[in-house]
Amino acid sequence: MTLGQKIEEKIFKVLMIIATYFILAVLAVIIYSIFEKGVKALSWEILTQIPKGGYYYGKGGGILNAILGSLCLAFGATLLAFLIGLPVALYINVFLIRWKKVVAFIRFLLDLIWGIPSIVYGAFGFTMMIYLGLQTSLLAGIITVTLFILPIMIRSMDEILRTVPYGLMEASYSLGSNKSETAFKIFTRQTISGIITAILLSFGRAIGDAASVLFTAGYTDHLPNSLLEPVATLPLSIFFQLSSPVPAVQDRAYASALVLTMIILIVSLFSRGLGKRYHKTKINF
Amino acid sequence: MTDNKKIQISDLNVFAGKFQILKNINIELPENKITVILGPSGCGKTTLLKCMNRLTDLYPELKVTGDIRISGNNILAAREDIYKLRQNMGLLSQRPYPLPMTIYNNIAYGLKLRGVKKRREIHKLVVHYLQQANLWEEVRTRLREPASRLSIGQQQRLCLARGLAVSPGIILADEPTSALDPISSQYIEQKFLELKNDYTIVLVTHVLRQARRIADYVVFMYLGEVIEQGDVHEVFENPKMEKTKLYLGGTFN
Repeated sequence: MTLGQKIEEKIFKVLMIIATYFILAVLAVIIYSIFEKGVKALSWEILTQIPKGGYYYGKGGGILNAILGSLCLAFGATLLAFLIGLPVALYINVFLIRWKKVVAFIRFLLDLIWGIPSIVYGAFGFTMMIYLGLQTSLLAGIITVTLFILPIMIRSMDEILRTVPYGLMEASYSLGSNKSETAFKIFTRQTISGIITAILLSFGRAIGDAASVLFTAGYTDHLPNSLLEPVATLPLSIFFQLSSPVPAVQDRAYASALVLTMIILIVSLFSRGLGKRYHKTKINF
Repeated sequence: MTDNKKIQISDLNVFAGKFQILKNINIELPENKITVILGPSGCGKTTLLKCMNRLTDLYPELKVTGDIRISGNNILAAREDIYKLRQNMGLLSQRPYPLPMTIYNNIAYGLKLRGVKKRREIHKLVVHYLQQANLWEEVRTRLREPASRLSIGQQQRLCLARGLAVSPGIILADEPTSALDPISSQYIEQKFLELKNDYTIVLVTHVLRQARRIADYVVFMYLGEVIEQGDVHEVFENPKMEKTKLYLGGTFN
């Protein structure tokens, strides 16, 4: 190595180290500030009660409405998106295998709508509600969030289904399986850990988004009790509490953020566990 | 020889775009014999094999013309039920691809597709085919484990058992021993010699010694063309074409 190459190597190494640790530091600060402010405001009351009158001005109560509302909404939307998304991903990878240009076009479209900001989905959902005669409700929220996470769900399942080796597909067909048997019995089994990851990734997006539920799910201080009633969600709850002039309420916003972070953390750990468990049934290479 | 011709291929051409992979293939493969398709890498052996169970359908870039008759039916005709057709052929590929399920279900899967429904019957047949592939003793205590935990040689035998379980008349094997250790390879070769009483076997290989050991009939291919075909003794001891002589002599360039 010449001296020039050595210096070049050094510079790039330092740059990479700086970039990596800088981003890690930023993440650490965010998580630290959530914990620092959130933990002291976190209490049993906050987790188990709904807001009492004047909650947003410092009176008692909790955010159970938002916790349950977010969970209902995210579970509903993830389930719906999975039921729509899996067939789409399988269709692209098994049935359309001879039409590579069509597949490329579908992938391009999905990548495009992946990038649309969630507020646009919110606005679209609102228009759709007016058209369908729906009010702000859990149902409207679920439908809108489903549309919002569908591209993520489909594309991440699609990417994992693409890794199924041609040899396995040929093996399946050579046994006489037809296309749907190959899709549902071979492809999904082979990629089950990746499919679980796709589901949980989508769940994370669904539970964390505020803009798409702003006009569609609405907000309420009550617990979710019907598909046709508005529900509270954690991101909006954080927003409302942060907008309060009372410092104690702002701290509660951090506690809510902490709860949301924890939910996502638990879901991720859960998904890793599941992924590991199913990984063993895959072909190793 | 007074063999029945199980597979008759006439005027088969395969194009990938402008490139012609197979040129005017005309061969007849005898029933209940081992036919070895021999030739250097890239000469179209695998493509020829894939034409026979229409796996070529999966590759949009391939265009197949001509006639492949199996027991008289032209399988390239559009109205053929390709799923039935493929069930009539067991496929053994270069490297084993066990299905992503347990050892037991790898065999049971094909049986269910074949229409075997009774659980007891399925169990009996799973045992039978594992025995046929010389695998039963090694896996009898671990039938519920994922097939991917087997060694590669065991996986290849599992794939053989899986292929036999759909009770095909024909076994197509695409260099099935190329990824295996010598002992597993020997198992497979031995099995083929036993199986040829009941099956028509088409084996693709570039290993000359393997061809000499087990072939009855040899098809020598080069650059997408069939150069020579005939009885194994004829081709190996008295090749008519210059290219065959060179290849068999190991001085091919």
